[in-house]
Amino acid sequence: MPRLSADARHRVAFVLNGRPVEGQAEPRLLLTDFLRHVLGMTGTHVGCEHGVCGACTIEVDGVPARACLMLAVQADGATLRTVEGLAPEPGRLSVLQQAFRRHHALQCGFCTPGILMSLDYYLRDNPDPQEEDIRIFLTGHLCRCTGYVPIVAAAIDAAAQLREAKEKETRHA
Amino acid sequence: MKPARFDYVRAESLAEAHDVLAAEGGEASVLAGGQSLLPLLSTRLARPKIVLDIMRIPGLDVISHESDAIRIGAAVRQAKLAAWPELSAAQPLLAAALPFIGHAQTRSRGTVCGSIAHADPSAEIPLILLALEGEILLSSARGQRRVSAGEFFTGLMSTAREEHELVEAAIVPRRRPGHGYAFREFARRHGDFAIVACAAIANERKARLAVGGVADRPVAFDGLPLGGTPLDEALDRIAGELDARDDLHASADYRRHLVRRLGRASIVEASRCRA
Repeated sequence: MPRLSADARHRVAFVLNGRPVEGQAEPRLLLTDFLRHVLGMTGTHVGCEHGVCGACTIEVDGVPARACLMLAVQADGATLRTVEGLAPEPGRLSVLQQAFRRHHALQCGFCTPGILMSLDYYLRDNPDPQEEDIRIFLTGHLCRCTGYVPIVAAAIDAAAQLREAKEKETRHA
Repeated sequence: MKPARFDYVRAESLAEAHDVLAAEGGEASVLAGGQSLLPLLSTRLARPKIVLDIMRIPGLDVISHESDAIRIGAAVRQAKLAAWPELSAAQPLLAAALPFIGHAQTRSRGTVCGSIAHADPSAEIPLILLALEGEILLSSARGQRRVSAGEFFTGLMSTAREEHELVEAAIVPRRRPGHGYAFREFARRHGDFAIVACAAIANERKARLAVGGVADRPVAFDGLPLGGTPLDEALDRIAGELDARDDLHASADYRRHLVRRLGRASIVEASRCRA
């Protein structure tokens, strides 16, 4: 059974946004700090660092999770997705990101990476969401700028666009 | 806020986990979904020498049927249980309470048994287990034992689990014919810890009510009337008896008020939906 000593750094490897990555981590290193400091992926933000604010939300093995509530060593072998993985290519935003921009769904932007990761997951599972359901899903996030109204509007708008794109795709297929 | 140093041990079998707990249980924290343990580590309220990860032990993430109960293994995440197609039919009270546990973003990792082992007095799963008179399966190098929920929760974040033991599974009694179940919770924001939560089970004559968020552990009351003035009087007595406390979120008096309101609403609903 693997026992990783507190006094040493250990190899941690996982798939991040479709690419294999690896680095060294002490057992106590949080996944947030591993992403930001070891891998240099600073898109994932660190707010409260105890699972309340949602700024560090990423996708772990296909579901949204708090990166601050995971040790880096727990992620060994996992498949992770962070906000850096949302844009389809450099210089082009995803449908959801574009909707955030149009609706002014961010001001300071601190909470945004986590909220984008949550909503990206949610809209995949719920293509035609009700406002109330989006609001319940967003209770896992704190935003102190927007009052949430533009965030909800952006999510509904993005859902409509994604549905339209899918319909077009089906018609052409 | 960064955790203090610890060794990280990844158990690959139950026997390995038991061995670690037998040798160093007093200095070890068991890591399952981590949604309660990681905040304790980061704030250094917990400073274990060893963190024992049990999530890669084969067979622990299984929901299975016992004769009149469902058995939820230590690695079953809350989201997995919530998505289990048989849940509503097997135990509607558990199905009703699950959406109130934290947020989707924490239920995705948090485990059912982790919440039981953590024993926060506001937490939903300990409350439901007590309401249903469920059991906790503890195992160790020395063997297994089952402890009733009423005996397991001994106080604020403390339980009957001994240092060498692992919470291996939760045993949740199945829905019983002729019984109705209801859950009510009040929190400032959906997903926050409950200020008060009530779980009620009714048959054709009387009700059992479990109350969370008020005392230092969930507390249950039996033989309550199903409505009218007798129910109000019984709830007044319960609200008075509970060891309520003032804190940032609510005063003791306000908690007692909520016990009367939510207690009544949950018992009336449980009585109405008997099947």
